[in-house]
Amino acid sequence: MEVESVRLIAAGVTIAVGAIGSAVGEGMIAAKAMEAIGRNPEIQSKLTPLIFVTMAITESTAIYALVISLIIIFG
Amino acid sequence: MFNTKSGRFTILFICILLAISTYLGLEKAPDAAVTVFLAPEILFMLGSFPVTNTFFWEIILSLIIMITAIRIRYTLKQQPGTFQNIVELLIEGGSNFVDTITNDKEKTKKIFPLVFTMFLFILITNLFGFLPGAAAVNYDDVTLFRSVMADYSFVLMMTLVIIIIAHIVAVVTNGPFGYIKKFINFSSPLNFALGIMEIISEFAKIFSLSFRLFGNIFAGEVLAAVMLFLMPYFLPLPFIFLGLLSSMIQAFVFSLLATIFITMASEKASSEDLVLT
Repeated sequence: MEVESVRLIAAGVTIAVGAIGSAVGEGMIAAKAMEAIGRNPEIQSKLTPLIFVTMAITESTAIYALVISLIIIFG
Repeated sequence: MFNTKSGRFTILFICILLAISTYLGLEKAPDAAVTVFLAPEILFMLGSFPVTNTFFWEIILSLIIMITAIRIRYTLKQQPGTFQNIVELLIEGGSNFVDTITNDKEKTKKIFPLVFTMFLFILITNLFGFLPGAAAVNYDDVTLFRSVMADYSFVLMMTLVIIIIAHIVAVVTNGPFGYIKKFINFSSPLNFALGIMEIISEFAKIFSLSFRLFGNIFAGEVLAAVMLFLMPYFLPLPFIFLGLLSSMIQAFVFSLLATIFITMASEKASSEDLVLT
């Protein structure tokens, strides 16, 4: 295989594998938050910023993978 | 500003300027391939110091923020106008939020200025990245304005400032020996292993904090550029909206984590805490 095609495959695999964990994590956060709001609807306004923050932190692993794959493609 | 005649003329003038610059930029734009650069491009050399486009943009934005802050400071009124109201709301809300993390008014007074300045700076630089037409302004075929947080060196510097401050705070609260004991501890094999883990986690903090902000902003820009290349005008819109959302959240998360790091360092480390963290 040529170097260029290996690089493209590596970039694709990096982001594909790296996104799995954070996707599952974000789904769990959303599901649990919905559950909590369903049980106690008054808590929604308190929970919304927390949901965003925890999602942003969970997302970071996927972002690392994205940065690596962008470096592979463009760097 | 929007109601007076001169204000309207100013806005009209700015719009015309932006339209002209966008047109000129489109004229000059290369017709094929997405061009993305990981490192910021050099505009010109000032002696041996390279002035990059992010540096240039960052200085302009800092000046804007400083002038606004000084102007607000010297025109404080008993009955606040609209702008003063917004600023007061922001500062009060931010200070209350930091208070909920530190649980100490004195600590909040010390941490808040640093953290809130970082929050404001990150937020404003990120939002100015979405200024329409700004990406088309060129100087020697180099974009003049580039999102400041898409420059890794700047994000790394901010992270290092926070981590160094957290370490200084830890030395002050625990004393030099207590501080070293947290990392190198020969009392038991378990504590020794935990100390090594602590050292690794300090380095991991630097990378995770800086890469989170940099990755989000840079990825947002690249995503918008790629989508613009695939199908202009309409396809990038949802991604630009996503970038807008994430730029605000990342500014918030960065300053929140900075607050948490410094607060954690300012609490006395007991033997139980050592096991927990």
